[in-house]
Amino acid sequence: MNASAGRLSLWLLLTPFLLWITLLVLVPHLQMLRVSFQVRESWDTLAWGLEQYQNFFRESYYWRTFLRTGVMSLFTTFLTLLVAFPIAWYIARLARGRAKGLLFLACLIPFWASELVRTYGWMILLRESGVFSAWLQALGWADGPVEMLYNDVAVIIGLVYNGLLFMVVPLVTTLDGLDENLVEAGYDLGGGHLTVLREVVVPWAMPGIVSGCIVVFMLTLGSYLTPNLMGGKDSAWFTEQIFTQFITRFNWEQGAALGVLLLFLSSLIVWLGLKLSGQSLRKVMG
Amino acid sequence: MIRSVPRSRLFDGVYLAYLLAFFVYLALPLVVTAVFAFNDSPFPSLPWQGFTLDWYLAGGEGGRTGLFHDDGLLSALWVSAKIAFWVTLGSVSLGCVNAVLFERLEFRGKELLYLLMLLPLVIPGVILGVSILVFYSGMANDVSRLWGLELDIFRPGLTLLVMGQVAFITTLATLVIAARLRKFDRQLEEAALNLGATPLVAWFTVTFPWLLPSVLGAAAMAFLMSFENFNTTVMLTGSDTPLTVALFNRLREGSTPVLNAVALFLMLVSALLALTTLRQKR
Repeated sequence: MNASAGRLSLWLLLTPFLLWITLLVLVPHLQMLRVSFQVRESWDTLAWGLEQYQNFFRESYYWRTFLRTGVMSLFTTFLTLLVAFPIAWYIARLARGRAKGLLFLACLIPFWASELVRTYGWMILLRESGVFSAWLQALGWADGPVEMLYNDVAVIIGLVYNGLLFMVVPLVTTLDGLDENLVEAGYDLGGGHLTVLREVVVPWAMPGIVSGCIVVFMLTLGSYLTPNLMGGKDSAWFTEQIFTQFITRFNWEQGAALGVLLLFLSSLIVWLGLKLSGQSLRKVMG
Repeated sequence: MIRSVPRSRLFDGVYLAYLLAFFVYLALPLVVTAVFAFNDSPFPSLPWQGFTLDWYLAGGEGGRTGLFHDDGLLSALWVSAKIAFWVTLGSVSLGCVNAVLFERLEFRGKELLYLLMLLPLVIPGVILGVSILVFYSGMANDVSRLWGLELDIFRPGLTLLVMGQVAFITTLATLVIAARLRKFDRQLEEAALNLGATPLVAWFTVTFPWLLPSVLGAAAMAFLMSFENFNTTVMLTGSDTPLTVALFNRLREGSTPVLNAVALFLMLVSALLALTTLRQKR
């Protein structure tokens, strides 16, 4: 191929990519940033200002929900990692032959249903008229109906459930490549289970751990259905406030500011996670 | 804890119990959802009142309307299918082009553009929806106010829904297709070129057939992700309600076994789609 044909094919392939990334991702986000610095003076005049951000810091309801959402998302991510790691280890290292493939497939099955269906399933199980409540009464362990829905524990159960697949798959992929001689060497050199786990297994699995944690954290922070349907009056999620501004109050400027803040929080935590673990986005995602 | 390191019986027992508990935890919500789609009771809860197909087939008799007679849900299903079709087409074509771009060509700024390509993975879905709403719908408002032109295409509705979902599904399609392209033996393509094929002919007779399983896999994934998406979708929904949003609205009014019927129907469709792509891969 000569040089001009090479340039032509580069531009032919580059144009769709550039159109997609600018028109659907970059420009809309820049516009959202711009709108968040606007203040509506009357129905058709706008001025520049920081009012939307001042509102966020002045109204304790906003920033409390913001912090709560961040902290609960981090906790959920950590819990998901703890739940998923032994499962991934079993699939990658202990199961053999067909069992390995089957167990891996079994981990994927729940995710053929959408988040809404999964949340609905948990509601049927946990609510006052639900299956668990009926079982408890049938066993004689409870006198009347027991409400297990509409609290933070229920929300976390649902969020961990939603995140599991995205933690198990990268963990299995990295643990599959672990050389067992390294683990044996760790034991031969006198290490206990915990030392080997800390010094050999976790450093090896780090790309998988980071990639799983990033995806689960993003999903949790940005989730709406699970906290909305399973949470109680006090367990507001930050995404719900963004929805309220856009859908109920038509206050786009305030909604855009809250959106920018959420995006900032998620980028900050993803960036910190990558820095602290010494990984790069390309390595864990690409 | 590998196979060659001896373990105690107690440890093995605890480990197996944990595995069992884990899979029960995974399966339980879906199993109860599926089972209550056939319970002969107006509420999806115990006690079990007997088996019925009313929640699929009933046509209004006895105050029961089954899924196949529920016009609201059926039209929402159709809206979702239309959106998913266009999203699949758009994101998989873009994914093919992007995969070739990043796996085959060398150009300045490639690293930076690759990071930009990954960007939608780390943006929460709500924010993607909000930003597209603010930009396009805001533009339609401005144009309408300044020049009196109505750009209905940029109001919340099917076009914006497709755009919002393509924004992030394209990244996933690109990653799936690029992973397969990376394993391709370029000598095969060179052989085709040496034997006199033009680059375009070589692409369609040698490279694309090799990519086909990943293209089909990406298409199935894109279709499912579009069909099941809620966070981006709800921000961009206009008068035509897609299924997830319709189900959410119903659920807030109170749950009926019709919702279970829809849920089971969706699970079966997804399972079927997933199984066909798995078979393709073998």
